[in-house]
Amino acid sequence: MIEEKFDAIVVGAGMAGNAATLTLAQRGLKVLQLERGEYSGSKNVQGAILYADMLEKLVPDFREDAPLERHLVEQRFWMMDDNSHVGLHYRSEEFNEEKPNRYTIIRAQFDKWFSSKVKEAGATVLCETTVTELIQDAYGRVIGVRTDRAGGQIHADVVVLAEGVNGLLGTRAELRPRPKPENVALAVKEMHFLPRETIEARFNLKGDEGVVIEAAGTISRGMTGMGFIYANKECVSLGIGCLVSDFQKTGETPYGLLERFKSHPSVAPLIEGSEVKEYAAHLIPEGGFKAIPQLYGEGWVVVGDAAQLNNAIHREGSNLAMTSGRIAAEAIFQIKSRREPMTAKNLALYKAMLDESFVMKDMKKYKDMPALMHINSQNFFLTYPQLVSKAMQNFVRVDGTPKVEKEKRSLRAFVEARSWLGLFGDAFRIARAWR
Amino acid sequence: MSDPSVRVEDKLFYNRYLVDAGRAHIKVRPHTVPTAPLLSMLKLCPARCYEMNEAGQVEVTVDGCVECGTCRVVAEPSGDIEWTYPRGGYGVLFKFG
Repeated sequence: MIEEKFDAIVVGAGMAGNAATLTLAQRGLKVLQLERGEYSGSKNVQGAILYADMLEKLVPDFREDAPLERHLVEQRFWMMDDNSHVGLHYRSEEFNEEKPNRYTIIRAQFDKWFSSKVKEAGATVLCETTVTELIQDAYGRVIGVRTDRAGGQIHADVVVLAEGVNGLLGTRAELRPRPKPENVALAVKEMHFLPRETIEARFNLKGDEGVVIEAAGTISRGMTGMGFIYANKECVSLGIGCLVSDFQKTGETPYGLLERFKSHPSVAPLIEGSEVKEYAAHLIPEGGFKAIPQLYGEGWVVVGDAAQLNNAIHREGSNLAMTSGRIAAEAIFQIKSRREPMTAKNLALYKAMLDESFVMKDMKKYKDMPALMHINSQNFFLTYPQLVSKAMQNFVRVDGTPKVEKEKRSLRAFVEARSWLGLFGDAFRIARAWR
Repeated sequence: MSDPSVRVEDKLFYNRYLVDAGRAHIKVRPHTVPTAPLLSMLKLCPARCYEMNEAGQVEVTVDGCVECGTCRVVAEPSGDIEWTYPRGGYGVLFKFG
């Protein structure tokens, strides 16, 4: 039993929890972090891409000792049908800069490092401890947590819920609803090990350069979903995810999709001969701005994936997690400095500060995207990729057909599949949701 | 249509686990006829923890669970399952994540 009372308890040691704990400890608060895994990272799953800017705000010189894989010099978007992909690739020498902007990372290793910074800053980190319940007083104020350790009641002025997309505490205490099947994607991922030189040759890389491939199309069988391939130093992270509600409707299996993605003619040569060393699955918040729950209350705040903070369009989650964790900690520090209590009224400062940051501005910008993509998934993830592929083949295949006739044929295919009204409607809806 | 050649057991073999014997963190409510959410878990669970027994009831074996929470989202609202986290330190131990 831990008798002492803490200024703050942080539940979870992922990106949001580590950012929050680090910031609180750096500001001199007495903070306890609880993590159910054997170490920070042991239960955490991500693609994964790290965004330097958000980490620099927490650990300015992170490049000196953080376990980074490759800095990204190239981004590939693939629109796939069963036999082909139409690609948009962006590669720039400017990404070979002194302080690169994005890196691939391996979460179990990165989080362990991040956690070491948290401990250095003076936080108490207790792993292998599952928080089972929030302790609330007669007025419903959160005053601490109960854990699965003997006599495991611990009190604090404020509890930071960084418990991840599948966090149970907030839901059990009815502070926020359980995620709905239409607001979360289930992603499965494998780690494919290959010699470093092989990865560099296959992905056209030198040294520590890295590349990311994001793929959409018939690989998701008409469901709202995406595949990804990230090059690490000596392994390739490869996975695919789709909305849980779409899986329910179609009866597709996640591992079936993964196998089909791996055997696609554009993908198979990249991982040929690899040794798989892990298979993971994870939920990703996809509900966007409209699915964000209440972010604060009497004695608590919620950050990161637990708060559904994920930008599905830009595939950004960990940076929103880190930033929301840091901002929540800064708000708590400000309230503490004024010697005021951790009431909902005071903790509203966290929401106000988050609203002013890129986190909520980006979430708001794409507030209509989930509805559009999720409701019209057949068009965007099946029909259009097939049409675009056919049009491209029509464009490049030389067979004696006059070009005018070829263009007419491509256009006709689009109109027949979606009608003029459908095509203009889709274009209009995308433009409006993107705005 | 799922690919019959996929062997999920082989995939789980790559992973590390510390099984908390006798303390399953997911429990299926006893039933005679499984509900739609429970039936959907037969295909949806990425670790294929859900299986149908000879009596036509859905059972869960959590040893290979990767703790994604999909069944919690799908089958907890209807009361078909009870979902808690494994005790601290137990369950899947990701090497890479």
